[in-house]
Amino acid sequence: MTLVLAADGRPLKTSLNRALRRQKLRALMLIAPLLIFILVSFVMPIADMLFRSVENEIVVETLPRTVATLDGWDSESGQAPDEDVFTALYFDLVLAAEYKTHTRLGSRLNYEMTGISSLFRKSGRSVDDFPTNNYTDVIQAADTSYGDPAQWAAWMADDVVRAALPMTANIYDAWAKMIVDTEEDLPIEEVPWDFVYTSLYLEVMEGADPPISLDLSTVAPVTLRDQFYDVDKDWLDPEVWKIIKIYSPEYTNGYFLNSVDRLKGPEGVEVRPDNEQIYITLFIRTMIMSGSIMGMCVLLGYPIAWLLANLPARKANMLMILVLLPFWTSLLVRTSAWKVLLQQQGVINDTLVWYHSTWLGQFLDPIFMGFLNLCYAFVNVITWVWNVLNGIWGGTDGLYMDWAVAGFERLALINNQTGTVIAMTHILLPFMILPLFSVMKTIPISYLRAAKSLGATNWTAFWRVYFPQSIPGIGAGCILVFILSIGYYITPELVGGTKGVFISNRIAYHISSSLNWGLAAALGTILLVIVMGLYWMYDKIVGIDNVKLGG
Amino acid sequence: MVDNQSAFVAFERVQKSYDGEVLVVKDLNLSMPKGEFLTMLGPSGSGKTTCLMMLAGFETATHGDILLDGTSINNIPPHKRGIGMVFQNYALFPHMTVAENLAFPLEVRKIGKSEREEKVMRALGMVQMQDFAGRRPAQLSGGQQQRIALSRALVFEPELVLMDEPLGALDKQLRETLQFEITNLAHELGITTVYVTHDQTEALTMSDRVAVFDDGRIQQLAAPDELYEKPQNSFVAQFIGENNTLDGIVQEIRGDTCIVKLDSGDIIDAVPVNIQAVGERTQVSIRPERVEIDRSRLQEDAHTLKAEVLEFIYMGDIFRTRLRVAGKDDFVIKTRNAPDQRRLKPGEMIEIGWLAQDCRALDA
Repeated sequence: MTLVLAADGRPLKTSLNRALRRQKLRALMLIAPLLIFILVSFVMPIADMLFRSVENEIVVETLPRTVATLDGWDSESGQAPDEDVFTALYFDLVLAAEYKTHTRLGSRLNYEMTGISSLFRKSGRSVDDFPTNNYTDVIQAADTSYGDPAQWAAWMADDVVRAALPMTANIYDAWAKMIVDTEEDLPIEEVPWDFVYTSLYLEVMEGADPPISLDLSTVAPVTLRDQFYDVDKDWLDPEVWKIIKIYSPEYTNGYFLNSVDRLKGPEGVEVRPDNEQIYITLFIRTMIMSGSIMGMCVLLGYPIAWLLANLPARKANMLMILVLLPFWTSLLVRTSAWKVLLQQQGVINDTLVWYHSTWLGQFLDPIFMGFLNLCYAFVNVITWVWNVLNGIWGGTDGLYMDWAVAGFERLALINNQTGTVIAMTHILLPFMILPLFSVMKTIPISYLRAAKSLGATNWTAFWRVYFPQSIPGIGAGCILVFILSIGYYITPELVGGTKGVFISNRIAYHISSSLNWGLAAALGTILLVIVMGLYWMYDKIVGIDNVKLGG
Repeated sequence: MVDNQSAFVAFERVQKSYDGEVLVVKDLNLSMPKGEFLTMLGPSGSGKTTCLMMLAGFETATHGDILLDGTSINNIPPHKRGIGMVFQNYALFPHMTVAENLAFPLEVRKIGKSEREEKVMRALGMVQMQDFAGRRPAQLSGGQQQRIALSRALVFEPELVLMDEPLGALDKQLRETLQFEITNLAHELGITTVYVTHDQTEALTMSDRVAVFDDGRIQQLAAPDELYEKPQNSFVAQFIGENNTLDGIVQEIRGDTCIVKLDSGDIIDAVPVNIQAVGERTQVSIRPERVEIDRSRLQEDAHTLKAEVLEFIYMGDIFRTRLRVAGKDDFVIKTRNAPDQRRLKPGEMIEIGWLAQDCRALDA
């Protein structure tokens, strides 16, 4: 292929790009404010939030030495770890208590095992009172240089000393950093704390060479394991250590496992005990209820949309205003209105009670009741046959009869799933009607006329000709309503009671009350993945090109 | 005229009003024999489409009867009338293929699959579209879509087919081809056709008879040649073809000719059509191609008019010349482009005249 040249001899492609560059740049500048706003205020926080669902740096950051030494501990031994681990824990905890990070770690691990929070809080308070000052006194008495902050600083700057006493050097550095960070003092003016001397003692006892030789063989050792045991017996519980070990990696799938009612055990994933299972039920409930809301919206919205699209303009506009009216009212007001309508002593129940007292009610009730009982009897027979086929005799325990007996009592329409479905159908209905309407508006009446002129009855004309053409609208409305409703949380919170809440209510709870953001993030991520999965499925089955929001 | 008993389609004193205030169709009487191709022609808002919709059953007559094959169809719903219909925008179902579109009327009539397929292919064959059976309407051109719409209206073998401006959206060349195809097909199959259009050329070339609609009434119902050459009133004369009009007063009626004194004082010959008495105001109409500029081709005693040439337009097959005649400067004549034909020059003064029977004195 020959290179096409522009009039000035440059390749045509280059010329074209140059000509279009300004245009592209201008377009980019126009969207730049929104793009930056979205990036900073929406995409980044969401990405950060999603990252929290796997992030678990707190354990290794707060207890770095403990986590390192814990590697050598066999969690299946049924024994608490030995002195080494407790020594590391002692160093970590002193520092953490000074930085006040031990309580945060306690809360984090408390999600996995209740009681760890108080364990850490208690230990953080007591760790300074361990009798390690004994070591300090002895070492300082042996040579006064060991009580001189400047001398310490000099030693710790000397590579030979550092090589001889690696652990002490490490602890001293951490201590020095802590002194600067939290006390705002200079390490050169401060005598190191007891735990630095503890480290020095331990290293000397293992045969290391201190800068000025020390004989510490006569000092009575302090067993830190016992010290911790004295603070709280739980420190010798291997279960506590298992949790710490399991959650020591920087990243964890623990939140996700928790989100699907699983547990991270030492041998792998375990199912949570029955009484702790909640999220899968909630996810399924959210899906089913969102599906019902979507279905209700289609059933209720389709005829309205049809009217809107086919009425004369004046009437259609009036109707459109009525459809949009809910948007002009606060969501809370609308939901509260449903509370007034649906509650046990509310408008609907009062009306029903009044109706039963009228002559019409008196007349129709027994007939209706009889019919209802007949239905329930039928259901009972089916259940009985089903049970027998499955090898269960009996089993129709009057479950369905209870309904019939409760038939004319005040209906429980709120604080349950019924309440959520009713209120949310009302709130989301416009999101179904509008896309349906905009698609139906584009279907000319002549298609129906053509179908009828070809011999189709009204129903056939509708079902074979009109309905298939309105499917893109149904698809768009369904996606919109379904996705909106799985993420909904205010309405279920207000009218859903305990049975009618969605997964999003649980997410909100973890965000604002339990402060388990990691779990909230994991639940949110799963929800996001489900929505995207459904969207993908929809694209495969219906085709996203078939979705029309207008035009 | 066919009497209503033997007529295949008949409107009897049909009126239609949408709002209870204005009649869009006023006292319509019309009867068609079987096999006729009748066109309803008129400007928009003249009531022609309403009449078609009443016949199809999509609108109900406010008053009067519509008869199909001798029985009133007022209370029969559209889908039981068995009338084929072609719409302006084709109304092909976009979610079905061409074959499915054609099979639809057969399916709803519960016709078996094999017979259905055979009929579909035969109907597609009528419009030479067999190769397009598997396509969707959106993959077809406008002309192809209209052919499919036509064959869909014919596939269930209706005796009456209605067409509502079916060629309105097509370009001129295609329109002419399809006009020809539609008329041929209608005559071949012996179908009775009611065709609605606002295009007079279409009406004249296609129809057995044309009903010219205006103001909710049929102004004239006649064969194309009669309609063109013998318009019954000034609306028809104006609406069909190009026309020159001159206003004046009837001076003398002499059997089948009359003498009209124009407002300018000139005297001309005309045929009295719907004027009753001497002294009445009249509008005479004369077709541009019937005006003679050669005195020798007129009768000895014919009245002539002085004319000034304003504009000469060369149009290939004809010359179109605009003249100032009797104080009006929109008088147009058309002359054939023959070797011996005079080419008039603007500013030239000439004398024009016509045969009395070509000039019709109509209502003012």
